[in-house]
Amino acid sequence: MKYVDEFRDGEVAKGLANAIAAEVRPDRRYNFMEFCGGHTHAISRYGVPDLLPESVRMIHGPGCPVCVLPIGRIDLAIKLALENGVILCTYADTVRVPASDGLSLMRAKARGGDIRMVYAVTDALKIARDNPDKEVVFFAIGFETTTPPTAVAIKQADAEGMQNFSVLCCHVLTPSAITNILESPEVRELGTVPLDGFIGPAHVSTIIGSRPYEFFAEEYRKPVVIAGFEPLDVMQAILMLVRQVNEGRAEVENEFTRAVTPDGNLKAQNLVSDVFELRRSFEWRGLGEVPYSALKIRERYAQFDAEARYQLEYRPVADNKACECGAILRGVKKPTDCKIFGNVCTPENPMGSCMVSSEGACAAHYTYGRHKDVERDVEQDVSSEVASHGHE
Amino acid sequence: MTSPVKKGYTRPLDLKHGRVDMSHGGGGRAMVQLMTDLFAKHLGNEYLAQGNDGTWLPACNGRLVVSTDSHVVSPLFFPGGDIGGLSVHGTVNDVAVMGATPLYLTAGFILEEGFPLADLARIVESMAQAAAEAGVKLVAGDTKVVEQGKGDGVFITTTGIGFLADGIHLSGDLAQPGDVLLVSGTVGDHGMAIMSKRENLSFDAPILSDSASLNGLTAAMLASGAAIRVMRDPTRGGLAATINEIAHQSGVGIHLEEAAIPVQPAVEAACELLGLDPLNIANEGKLIAICAAEDADRLLAAMRAHPQGQQAVIIGKVVEDANAFVQMKTRFGGRRMVDWLSGEQLPRIC
Ligand code: SF4
Repeated sequence: MKYVDEFRDGEVAKGLANAIAAEVRPDRRYNFMEFCGGHTHAISRYGVPDLLPESVRMIHGPGCPVCVLPIGRIDLAIKLALENGVILCTYADTVRVPASDGLSLMRAKARGGDIRMVYAVTDALKIARDNPDKEVVFFAIGFETTTPPTAVAIKQADAEGMQNFSVLCCHVLTPSAITNILESPEVRELGTVPLDGFIGPAHVSTIIGSRPYEFFAEEYRKPVVIAGFEPLDVMQAILMLVRQVNEGRAEVENEFTRAVTPDGNLKAQNLVSDVFELRRSFEWRGLGEVPYSALKIRERYAQFDAEARYQLEYRPVADNKACECGAILRGVKKPTDCKIFGNVCTPENPMGSCMVSSEGACAAHYTYGRHKDVERDVEQDVSSEVASHGHE
Repeated sequence: MTSPVKKGYTRPLDLKHGRVDMSHGGGGRAMVQLMTDLFAKHLGNEYLAQGNDGTWLPACNGRLVVSTDSHVVSPLFFPGGDIGGLSVHGTVNDVAVMGATPLYLTAGFILEEGFPLADLARIVESMAQAAAEAGVKLVAGDTKVVEQGKGDGVFITTTGIGFLADGIHLSGDLAQPGDVLLVSGTVGDHGMAIMSKRENLSFDAPILSDSASLNGLTAAMLASGAAIRVMRDPTRGGLAATINEIAHQSGVGIHLEEAAIPVQPAVEAACELLGLDPLNIANEGKLIAICAAEDADRLLAAMRAHPQGQQAVIIGKVVEDANAFVQMKTRFGGRRMVDWLSGEQLPRIC
């Protein structure tokens, strides 16, 4: 308990805020992307932007596992539940992501699909053991942090000789997504996304270590500071980034030394590479097809691969036309740039994936930050919308 | 010679190993037996004893308050309470925060075939205890049995009736800019007690549900003479949902101080672990009140003098805001909105 408060202490925050204010140069702006949804959430939840000088802008990155899931992948999960009649186990956030035909996993559940919300893949294993006459599929999503537990589960199922358990693997990789953003025309040529540095992920880095980021620092001349998920970690990382920019450095620094080492968790890495291999390409919502950016289950464990087991064929589906999730995930647009933000698209009725998870940029802004839009632009009449929202 | 026709013999209810079966809802002898041997035994009183399709109640010279609530909590027995007590507390509190004195309850039970009678007995006893503590009488009841797999043990719907004294008028649309907002104690206890049980989280001290009747506390608050405008018990959706409802009903903004909101350390830690916000977590034994600023001290003193309000604090104030936004100064020093939660954070908590 002590631990939690220690990293949120308002006094320390004030000190850091003063240090950042003293460090920024009056003649320039600082645009930093927090890659990770966990950071996006912390920044909004604790009101971090209120403590930053006006010249420091935080851009939300694509590191929200639910947000980057393309519609086609959710469709596969729905098909498994409705057509193949499996018990589909999924993390709670995923059930509300809009899919094709006005469906979502939640609506598929209402239509009779046996869809169960679980907190961990071990729950899915248990469901499989308890229901030997049913097939159970775990809808595995997430970045490097959630991959090792999935690997463990597959090995466990293998060891137990389980016949009714498989995994719909949608695990994705952080470094490939960062590369994709840095390679995107907006960043490289058009300059519409002025990016001065990254806050590197916390938990992901405990697994992969800090070394993978060295490439970005060198190749693209962008500083990276790996930071923990506490708001004070984020403030400290921003201070370190501002200093790097001012001094013309582009290095990988580690604010999160209490958990992240250069090499990461080798045991977990070995486990993952034992069970998974790179996919040649994987579609991300917002980023499109990104080469070598996701994992699939190795041949050796094919019987636990739902895609092989049920001969699933991936079909890409275009996002809702009005939805700007893609541009938001790449940092090109802000939630308020989307025409349907807050009127058609709300957390109760999400049109895009960024409005679903609390780590999504749109949901975070809607839930924690929309009072600022009113302060910025008093003419904008959002009151009627808010009022009607209240009576839902 | 004695008559060969033996006196009708009914086996007593087997409260140790017996289970609910379809006959318990069938309207026959088994149902009557369940009624008399279990429900009437624990919950009986002069009104229930009338034994008719309806119950007459004495005339009451004034306004009545009615509230109804269904309870579907899972697990049925949780740290600090069970569905029986909860079904009384929840409804008593809905009546009490209207400023009324709860008097009567009705209860409808939906039982699942196969449910152990021993568990049902525990639930009924717990209801009886909660009703006695709150000073309310169960005046009507109903039991139905559904086939195995069509229910989840027990569902209980209760309706509460209370008497509202003249001159008391509390309503969610009465908050005015300048008013202050108080909470009677720590938030998030009930929801996290359920959740920690479901997720098998263990802490040094288990998190206990705060499930309790609040009519003693509300009576003390009303007796203080403070100009109370609104009282609510922040159940499902937690503090965040309740405060947003009031802001919208009254057309005002509400500003909270995160540092002032009491949260038990274990609840805070559990929320942290599960990625939840204590402000969204249900309470079953806490209330919030909004009163005129000049009466805040008096009300606070009255709350603190009551065992259920010892940890009462002022946590915010009402401001003018056409958008009816609820905002909070975070402990970190920033400011953010406090919104309704979308979707179900914790299903089946009450
Ligand atoms: S507001 Fe909704 S539709 Fe618009 S970008 Fe965000 S998630 Fe997509």
